[in-house]
Amino acid sequence: MKFLRDLLDKQKPLFHKGGKLENLYYAFEAGETFLFSPNHTNGIKGAQVKDAIDLKRMMITVVIAMIPCLLFGIYNTGHQHFLATGQTAGLWDNFADKAILGLTLVLPIVIVAYAAGGLVEAAFAVIRKHPINEGFLVTGMLIPLVVPATMPLWQVALATIFAVVIAKEVFGGTGMNILNVAMTARAFLYFAYPAQISGDQVWTYLGDKTAVDGFSGATALAVAYTAGVEGETVNAALSSHNSAIGSGLYEFANLFMGWIPGSIGETSTLMALIGAAILVGTGVASWKIIVSGFAGAYIMGFIMNLVAVNEYMAMGPEYHWVMGGLAFGIVFMATDPVSAAQTETGKWIYGLLIGVLTVIIRVTNPAYPEGIMLAVLFMNVFAPLVDYYVVKANKKRRLQRATV
Amino acid sequence: MYFIRFEAFFKRPYSSYNMSKLVKLKKGFDIKLAGKAEKKLVEFQSAKTFAIKPTDFIGLQRPKVTVNEGDTVKAGTPILFDKALDQVQYVAPVSGEIVEIKRGEKRKLLEIKILADSEISYESFEKYAESSIKSISREDAIANLTKGGVWPQLIQRPFGIVANPDDKPKAIFISGFDTHPLAPDYAVTLKGEEKYFQTGINILKKLTEGTVHLNLNGNAEVPAIFANIQNAQINKFSGPHPAGNVGVQIHHIDAINKGEVAWTISPYGVSQIGKLFLEGRYDASKTIAITGSRAKTAAYTKTYIGACVDPLVNGNLKEDEKSEIAPDTRVVSGNVLTGEKINKDGYLGYYHNQITLLPEGEYYEFLGWMKPTSEKLSYHRALGLLSFLKPSKEFVLDTNVRGEERAFVQTGVFESVTPMDILPVYLLKAIMAEDFDEMEELGIYEIVEEDLALCEFVDVSKHPVQEIVRKGIDLIQYS
Repeated sequence: MKFLRDLLDKQKPLFHKGGKLENLYYAFEAGETFLFSPNHTNGIKGAQVKDAIDLKRMMITVVIAMIPCLLFGIYNTGHQHFLATGQTAGLWDNFADKAILGLTLVLPIVIVAYAAGGLVEAAFAVIRKHPINEGFLVTGMLIPLVVPATMPLWQVALATIFAVVIAKEVFGGTGMNILNVAMTARAFLYFAYPAQISGDQVWTYLGDKTAVDGFSGATALAVAYTAGVEGETVNAALSSHNSAIGSGLYEFANLFMGWIPGSIGETSTLMALIGAAILVGTGVASWKIIVSGFAGAYIMGFIMNLVAVNEYMAMGPEYHWVMGGLAFGIVFMATDPVSAAQTETGKWIYGLLIGVLTVIIRVTNPAYPEGIMLAVLFMNVFAPLVDYYVVKANKKRRLQRATV
Repeated sequence: MYFIRFEAFFKRPYSSYNMSKLVKLKKGFDIKLAGKAEKKLVEFQSAKTFAIKPTDFIGLQRPKVTVNEGDTVKAGTPILFDKALDQVQYVAPVSGEIVEIKRGEKRKLLEIKILADSEISYESFEKYAESSIKSISREDAIANLTKGGVWPQLIQRPFGIVANPDDKPKAIFISGFDTHPLAPDYAVTLKGEEKYFQTGINILKKLTEGTVHLNLNGNAEVPAIFANIQNAQINKFSGPHPAGNVGVQIHHIDAINKGEVAWTISPYGVSQIGKLFLEGRYDASKTIAITGSRAKTAAYTKTYIGACVDPLVNGNLKEDEKSEIAPDTRVVSGNVLTGEKINKDGYLGYYHNQITLLPEGEYYEFLGWMKPTSEKLSYHRALGLLSFLKPSKEFVLDTNVRGEERAFVQTGVFESVTPMDILPVYLLKAIMAEDFDEMEELGIYEIVEEDLALCEFVDVSKHPVQEIVRKGIDLIQYS
């Protein structure tokens, strides 16, 4: 490693003030600090030793927590293709083919998201003269996981650039943003290019093959919504769905496992929960948001049961946990510490309302079958208000103490 | 009514009469470091020079030196005062010759150095018998304290500045234990000073119409020095650091509101007051702990306020066997959370009773942000931070920052190491935004640097938390 270090030390003066590449200092710094933790020491006054953590390590922990979702998503992308085109029925048949197909579809999206976002990030760092933010390590991985594998790459790039610029950099970079960056990217795609990220056709990659007769690409959420409108019980609709390619696609257990069509990383509740275990175990994400998010969805689902004016409302609340991207959204999006509520009491309220809102949007809104995206963005906007009241209560306690 | 209270005093045992508190704190974090001082007194060569550093006294606004280079002084001779608080004398800790008055940029006063006599001679102050302490009036007590050089031991809350003798504090708080990393044990440093400590308490009792609180460690045996203390309310605190911080204790006993003033003093200061009254002299001798992973002999030693640390450091450094080129050693006056880096021939801070010797951390580490480690201490458990698996290990930490400064990202962590009803991040942000109302409402009056020092340690984004806190206090205090 000495060779690398020597090389960096040799180039360093070029980037320092007065050097030829002075303007690119922060780009150089990002590379340097990625390879080597800096040699800075603590100041004369104050803490003389510091905790071993830094933002890079925290962010990479989130990326690691997403890897189960990513790997699952890669294989599932291949699996769904083989299932829809009638090439295999078994889960592990054609394992290599499925994995390779998944990789060829998913990997480019990941690379494009990282490249597009990374370039914007670097450009801003150089122009605005601030260090490159590690937050993008997470965003660059989140965006591919919340789009379907059929998403055109240029749209992925455009959405990533839009989100990084509009949702983050205009506010001053990581730590200053109001909205979750990855959710903003998805919302951008949702409203700018709805044809590529909604409906029944986009969730399964067919390629040049044709689907088997009777195949429907509708997601479980869409099936449940249609059932509600048509007055069929949701459970019956879910279990009879797509019998053309084998039964039980939308059975509860299969929904939980995630062998279903959907965005790349969001389908598996199990993988999201593994991610949650990593995030909570390492203390990186707030367990309060995760627990209250799931609780909110269940409670709202239960209230819907009580009212139950249509079949969708009568659906068991536990189905909300496993359908669509609720689990993924709560675990990875809602817990983003910058856009979430920042007070401990606030986190309970914030998470709960995300769960509640998701179910309300899913069940009552005819336009959007999925609710988690809008619920998270909506609560991102309201998180400061939640915090405002929690902080106000703290101030009030202090004031009351003074006047007693 | 008066009669009834008086009678109750005699009927009930003292402890049930006063309202002693037992406070169990859960939030916080003990930084366990290698290099704990062995509980024995070791003799080192005595320091030749001593220095008073005006920068040690927070709130000392316009220092005026009253001696010149070449003057001779006795222990207790005034050498400095604050033109903004001119009753309070800052005095020489030892007798000798003023050898240097060191100034920095813009003639800022940095150090007043004294070359010590081999035998210390003392200024004489009024000496009292133990029995006559009771009859001293508040005015006489204050006059003696300010003249006798011990006054700067009294610290005012809010702001953490040297107390103003004109104020009437609502209470006086003494923390009887120090939970900072490698902090000295008062049972060792104040051994045998029971008489002085009790007298100090008796004097302090005259200064306030409220209570004198002595806060002890609820998890440990009460050291002899604090046993059978009269005239003070004993409260007990248990929990990890910062349970021993007087600011945290005040918050739970009788929190400071806007407009209120309380005073704090260290047990050493109390004992020093006792010595002034009973012996009639300014006694700056103190037992300090030499600590840290780089100390060859980590133990206690006797010295005086402002001692040059050279004899304690030179020849007392451990060679690092592991690394080819042993990194430099940093000498910290005080503990690793709130202390100050000094030179190897620098001077012990006025309020410090420990030095910590640490390896410097000026090195690059390949992929250091990603490497799994159980050798580096962390409050967190993020990827590869495994120190939580070794809860009783004593860590060797160096002074590397371990990352770069970033905007606030992680939430909830500061709250979990701050056992007070305070929202540290909001308060820090209010300070950064210089929002005065917000600072007041969020509790700036209740904290000084040390109360949020742990936040600085655990911070993912590496903010200079203590510096920010002081900036906020200065803003509130001087505007």
